[in-house]
Amino acid sequence: MKEKLLEIKDEYLSFFTPAGEVKALNGVSFSMEEGEVLGIVGESGSGKSVTAYSLMGLTAYPGKLVSGTIRFNGHQVETMTEKEFRKMRGNEVSIIFQDPMTSLNPVYTIGNQIREVILLHTDKTKKEAQERAKELLELVGINEPEKRLKQYPHELSGGMRQRVMIAIALACEPKLLIADEPTTALDVTIQAQILELMQELREKLGMSIIMITHDLGVVASMCEKIAVMYAGHIIEYGTADEIFYSPKHEYTKGLIRSIPKLDTEEDERLVPIEGQPVDLLNPPKGCPFAPRCASCMKICLDQMPPKTELSDTHYSHCWLLQKDQFEEGGRGL
Amino acid sequence: MLTRNYVRGGVVHDTNSKRKHREDGSELKKYIIKRLALGIASIFVVATLTFFLMNLVPGGPFVAEKSISKAAQEALEAKYGLDKPLLERYTTYMSDFVKGDMGFSLRQRGRTVSDIIFSKFPVSAGLAGIAVVLALLLGIPLGCISAYNRGKFADNFIIVLATCGIAIPSFISSVLLLYTFGSRLNILPTVGLNTLSSYIMPVTALAIYPTAYITRLMRSSLLDVMGQDYIRTSKAKGVSSFKTLFKHALRNAILPVVTYVGPMLAGLMTGSFVVEKIFTIPGLGREFVSSITNRDYTMIMGTTIVLATLIITANVIVDILYKIIDPRIKLK
Repeated sequence: MKEKLLEIKDEYLSFFTPAGEVKALNGVSFSMEEGEVLGIVGESGSGKSVTAYSLMGLTAYPGKLVSGTIRFNGHQVETMTEKEFRKMRGNEVSIIFQDPMTSLNPVYTIGNQIREVILLHTDKTKKEAQERAKELLELVGINEPEKRLKQYPHELSGGMRQRVMIAIALACEPKLLIADEPTTALDVTIQAQILELMQELREKLGMSIIMITHDLGVVASMCEKIAVMYAGHIIEYGTADEIFYSPKHEYTKGLIRSIPKLDTEEDERLVPIEGQPVDLLNPPKGCPFAPRCASCMKICLDQMPPKTELSDTHYSHCWLLQKDQFEEGGRGL
Repeated sequence: MLTRNYVRGGVVHDTNSKRKHREDGSELKKYIIKRLALGIASIFVVATLTFFLMNLVPGGPFVAEKSISKAAQEALEAKYGLDKPLLERYTTYMSDFVKGDMGFSLRQRGRTVSDIIFSKFPVSAGLAGIAVVLALLLGIPLGCISAYNRGKFADNFIIVLATCGIAIPSFISSVLLLYTFGSRLNILPTVGLNTLSSYIMPVTALAIYPTAYITRLMRSSLLDVMGQDYIRTSKAKGVSSFKTLFKHALRNAILPVVTYVGPMLAGLMTGSFVVEKIFTIPGLGREFVSSITNRDYTMIMGTTIVLATLIITANVIVDILYKIIDPRIKLK
């Protein structure tokens, strides 16, 4: 069997703040094949970004991996030193951040910032790096690359800067590209352009992508697999079709209900998910979504639901599914 | 260096880089000319205000404790033109000043004001220069170390020291230094600037405050910058934390320090009265203060104008440095 590009097993990660331990990840497991596009969706603070950052060793103090294993591209990530991480970052795995306006250093030229990553991870000379930088700008659809390389970030628009960020991320042809809400800070037309570009590049270069977002539309258009996160748990995981056409977890259903549709009646309102997100300092004992769940049962408040396998690719953590399966099983007997 | 940065910053807006090149050079020239004109205007205003204010203060240069005869006093005043109406004296002074003549000192017989300033200024400027270089060389790294080890022992230690440095006035630190190294240990000369070792104590006394201040500025500014997104980008690219600090963070974080150093240097160069007095250094600071108590009108004018000129120049230099460090800044 081909080895998986990324395999995270039972990852627990906490931030040890003065106020107490904030449990950001509570047993996250998933894996990715090479070339796959995975979407991680969830609300703010659900652990989407932390999951991705942890595999790059970027969860800064006071974040700490408590337990679990992360295998990425032949590395045993949880045992890696800072020096080993440095060799991997920007080289085997790259990241694009949310806000392109602030993600580039304002006092260095675009060229300088692209060349930096090339010179760091390859043996190229300055001149070769310059050539490569030009190539990269062309690749991400920036015209007049020669001129752009001499410009400073403040002289480019937001969409342009995000293209530059993508160029930096792709400079060393990484196996995995993490896109942390890459379009959130951009306006809608630019969003579409950036997503299109990412699709295109993925087809051209064949890297895997983890797309972190809270925009289900983005996920639907790009991702093959989707992981829905809530309070540091992956509460549902499946292919895009499975998640969108047969969501099983109440939270996923709620998310999908809250997407505006084109064919709604004039006076039809969107259905919000009631309640407040979980306080990760004092997470509830049972299912973290139970306090907001309309179909909450007694057991939900008491115990975390186990994994219910719905198909080879689809699973969810919900007591309702356990109940269904039990009843079905009972009938079958 | 300057023009090159200008070119680099400017090429952008125009496809014709050669044309832009020239435009940028002239932009800077225009800016400097504009600031120069503004500076001259400011100096004129400062000179005018000082002239009338000092004449409003009762007393005069020839009102000494042992009263001289009225006739003698009148003769002296006539000699220096003090018997004329204020407005006439003002126009005379200003027209002489424009010609580069700041007149004779009223109290130091036979010496011109420019003479005195030119002989005393280098002493103060030398001391100040060394003190500022020392403050930068110590303050910037200390601030970096402090920020880098935020919350740890090194940080707390440096911050406590820096707070002391800011809180202790220079006359206390000067006296402490004198007592310890000059009197108790008797290893450093206590008077004047005759040997190299005699620079140690006054420079230290002068440098303590700016060092402490720069340390704190650097620390807070660097902490702010270290939280910026582009620092995270740099780390995500695989850049070492050392290089991230020195390449990506420092250049952004140093702006507040540059802002502070300009005027501070100007202030120190015109002399620190206290330190010069305590270490008996013949600098401009003492001259400044004694000229006021003596009502040495021409000296007051001279020293004030020198101070104003220095501060204005320092600010222009700071602005230009800003532009070099941060390409986003536009000189207008």
